[in-house]
Amino acid sequence: MSFLYDKSLSEIRSLLLAKELTVTEVVEACLKRIEETEPSVQALISVQAEEALEQARAMDEAGPNESKPLWGIPLTVKDLLCTKGTKTTCGSKILENFEPFYDAFAVAKLKEAGAVIIGKANMDEFAMGSSTENSAYKATKNPWDLNKVPGGSSGGSAACVTASQAFGSLGTDTGGSIRQPASLCGCVGLKPTYGLVSRRGMVAYGSSLDQIGPMTRSVEDNARLLQVIAGHDEKDSTSVDAPAADYLAALNRTDLKGLNVGLPKEFWAEGLDGEVESACRAAVAKLEELGAELVEVELPHSSYAIATYYIIAMAEASSNLARFDGVRYGYRSDEAENLLDIYVKSRSKGFGDEVQRRIMLGTYVLSSGYYDAYYKKAAQVRRLIREDYLKALEQCDVLVGPASPVTAWNVGELTSDPLKMYLMDIYTISLNLAGLPGLSLPVGLGADSNMPVGLQLLGKEFDEATLYSVASLLEEKTEQLGTPAGL
Amino acid sequence: MSITPERVAQIAKLARLELDDEKQRLFAGQFEDILKYMDTLNGLDTAGTEPLYSPVEQPTPLREDKAEKRFERDDIVSNAPETDGQFFIVPKIV
Amino acid sequence: MADFEVVIGLEVHAQLKTESKLFCSCSTRFGSEPNENVCEVCSGMPGALPTLNAKAVEFAAKMGLAMNCNVSLGSIFERKNYFYPDSPNGYQISQLDNAICQNGYIEIPVGESTKRVGITRIQLENDAGKSIHSQAENLSYVDFNRTGVPLIEIVSDPDMRSAEQAVSYLKTLHSILLYLDICDGNMEEGSFRCDANVSLRPRGQEEFGTRVELKNMNSFRNVQRGIEYEIARQEDLILDGEEVVQETRLYNAEKNITASMRGKEEAHDYRYFPDPDLIPIKLTEEQVAGWKSELPELPLEKRARFESEFGLPEYDANLLTQDRAIAEYFEAAVGCFNNPKKLSNFMMGQFMRELNERSIAVADVALAPEHFAELVRIVEEGMISTKIGNDVLPELMEKGGSAEAFVKEKGMVQISDSSELESVVDEVIAENPSEAEAYRGGKHKLQSFFVGQVMRKTRGKANPALVNELLQKKL
Repeated sequence: MSFLYDKSLSEIRSLLLAKELTVTEVVEACLKRIEETEPSVQALISVQAEEALEQARAMDEAGPNESKPLWGIPLTVKDLLCTKGTKTTCGSKILENFEPFYDAFAVAKLKEAGAVIIGKANMDEFAMGSSTENSAYKATKNPWDLNKVPGGSSGGSAACVTASQAFGSLGTDTGGSIRQPASLCGCVGLKPTYGLVSRRGMVAYGSSLDQIGPMTRSVEDNARLLQVIAGHDEKDSTSVDAPAADYLAALNRTDLKGLNVGLPKEFWAEGLDGEVESACRAAVAKLEELGAELVEVELPHSSYAIATYYIIAMAEASSNLARFDGVRYGYRSDEAENLLDIYVKSRSKGFGDEVQRRIMLGTYVLSSGYYDAYYKKAAQVRRLIREDYLKALEQCDVLVGPASPVTAWNVGELTSDPLKMYLMDIYTISLNLAGLPGLSLPVGLGADSNMPVGLQLLGKEFDEATLYSVASLLEEKTEQLGTPAGL
Repeated sequence: MSITPERVAQIAKLARLELDDEKQRLFAGQFEDILKYMDTLNGLDTAGTEPLYSPVEQPTPLREDKAEKRFERDDIVSNAPETDGQFFIVPKIV
Repeated sequence: MADFEVVIGLEVHAQLKTESKLFCSCSTRFGSEPNENVCEVCSGMPGALPTLNAKAVEFAAKMGLAMNCNVSLGSIFERKNYFYPDSPNGYQISQLDNAICQNGYIEIPVGESTKRVGITRIQLENDAGKSIHSQAENLSYVDFNRTGVPLIEIVSDPDMRSAEQAVSYLKTLHSILLYLDICDGNMEEGSFRCDANVSLRPRGQEEFGTRVELKNMNSFRNVQRGIEYEIARQEDLILDGEEVVQETRLYNAEKNITASMRGKEEAHDYRYFPDPDLIPIKLTEEQVAGWKSELPELPLEKRARFESEFGLPEYDANLLTQDRAIAEYFEAAVGCFNNPKKLSNFMMGQFMRELNERSIAVADVALAPEHFAELVRIVEEGMISTKIGNDVLPELMEKGGSAEAFVKEKGMVQISDSSELESVVDEVIAENPSEAEAYRGGKHKLQSFFVGQVMRKTRGKANPALVNELLQKKL
């Protein structure tokens, strides 16, 4: 941990404010690290080296600004988030040359807080995927083993943070796209409560499920980022008008006495890989040592979550992605001779297979005669799933379980079987349906695979603070994973 | 009910996509599996359950009716595949 | 038409008079440079999110209240999915079953009586953009200035039974919108548009016939003619034993025919579903009650009151209440000079003629209602003649000010002094000896000749009654 780029965000902040480091030095260290690791990890779609250095020089000239909580900190954001004047591709060919003229709310917040955006992270096209293999640009590799996937869809963010290319990254989570890659790469990823972070400027996949959240190497760093991006945005109708909590203060807890931790029995059942289960069980034992009370709870509709999720997400996606039509921005096929051609050819050539598959399935479930059987039915089951969670969370403060049933799998292993890939989201997906917050924390390496295992902590609405306090205590009690073995 | 390649082509048309024959066949098989999996929901009785379309339960925020110009036209058309600087241009709409 | 009954339902789109668009704060101004009133939301940029305009909700609810609808306390927006270049999101945000207003009715004048027309629902939705087509270049130019302008779509029950009833419904609706001051009602610019569903069924049959949707009728007259043409067309088809096809037809005003939109139509499947970017509109009973209390007196109520309170004939009451501003102007004038019928005569005559000729609204008239009342009063009191009253009204309407002061300043006050008039009458008789002779010989028709001569000499200011009296005495 002697390298500059390996330090935590919090440490870097202290060093910058104390003028022991310049922003230029920190940015240069990250850019150099990117240069070294990027050929193998492939975490980033674009790197804004010149802009970042220019910004760094100007900041150094002006001197440290303590009022800005991320002053001089190099970060990356998933390429699903609009960045003004910087290409935003969503991992898709259809947006190859798209340069937004506005920043996503969360990106604007980072900039206001003094962060330096150095790159845009790779992702499954339009956030549709669980392995970051569905990008039109590159397949990101897991820093722990370059033959394995980093998870997805925010696999670029997870790999970038794990490979110490930046001190944090913003990902997005529609069905587990922050928590699952965090688990597979061994970093900390938080999906906030739906409505806590504005979705404005995040290119929509499943609008009622999407949330932006931080991915970092430590719990404290994560809390620092959330503190900046959380908060009401009057231009997002689903943004909740409530003051954000003090997440850093939540890290001061010293034990878990009086805390009830629920173990949903459906999360600890058949289908869970042995090495993942034992790593997670060991972590649960530590929670108990810290004073937490363990309670077994039930989420009886869990087995319907994947079907429910995919119906809703695909239906919303089919409509959300209708705007990519080659008329106002993005790829337009040169073969188009008439208007219909522009639509059909631009979309067919601009979107990858998985995106086309989901658009079509979404179109199907909304189409005349099928709406009630699929979309409406799924929305009803969604309520039952949410009620399960609310009921379980009446008995306890947080729920815990694995974030993924397995550790990272081999590149290419699941690409030909979409359904099997969908089933990998089993532990993360229901939380998005319920709209609740969840955090994935690395708790060790799998005994067989030597790949990271993440424990998922699920909380009450807008109670990210409790997740952070539990995660931070558990983090202290857990041996650090160390340097990713693939690098 | 089985998803035929023809049905796949129909859905593609509605979604403004076109697939070659091979992909139509491939998707037909995959859709069949996926939709069969989704059909598991039918095993659940949801009569009387109010659908949940969004987890947010606050009242709709209402915006004050005030006009504001936030962007210039140059921004709006800056990414257009075809523009004269004023309009977005497409082949003639029939 | 004896054997068939006509069934008509109307879908009216009215643009709401808000300052900003329905889901973003871009201006709704008409006539700006292309794509000037556009942002990331109304041009469907990636990542853009809608926020709902409070005023549009209020206007839609008020329209519902004025049409006796239930205002939903939890209505929802749905996405209507279709691809079209002027619909940038690939969907329109609209409402369906759970629209903001439902199950209402209005009374419409039909001949001497009224008829009740049911309102299925009023839905809030955003307008589409506009394209200019170039035949020569084979290109279309797309402009999003109008995209996102708030509309209400008012869907009637299929309750109308003739083209006249349809027009009467439309006019009633139009005047309610203007009374509420929520739509400018301009049919040519498209801020008030109407589609008609027309079908025929054998008289006595319950079941509806196949309906045809008529579009592109941009005036009341075209609505009348379009529907009449369509009724005749369908009747011919049925009598010839052919089938009416369910389709959309465009009215062609130049040729006065309707023509199928064939080709453009493909089987639509709009895949409606609740828009996840907008949560339900939640209203409270108090809010709705507050809006209800703010509703102005509506045209039909006002018309009835003008008849009963002012004793006006139905014709006058109807004409005076069609435009809220005219009705209010009239009432203010009655408050200053309590002779409603005389005021009404001036108002329906020269006053409205002037408005029409100069294409102006009451708001553009400089003459205050009290001074208009003053003008009618001085005519009644004989200070000026009716003719002079009518003559000076246009200038007064343009410049405003006291009518009495105006006619005095211009020396237009009637000469009612008999000694002054007597000398003029004497002069006229002296100058026209042969006509005087003829009159005395029994040609009494010549009286008007002498009156005319006196008027000429007095430049119209002579009191006509007095002139007649003097002439009879002198001749």
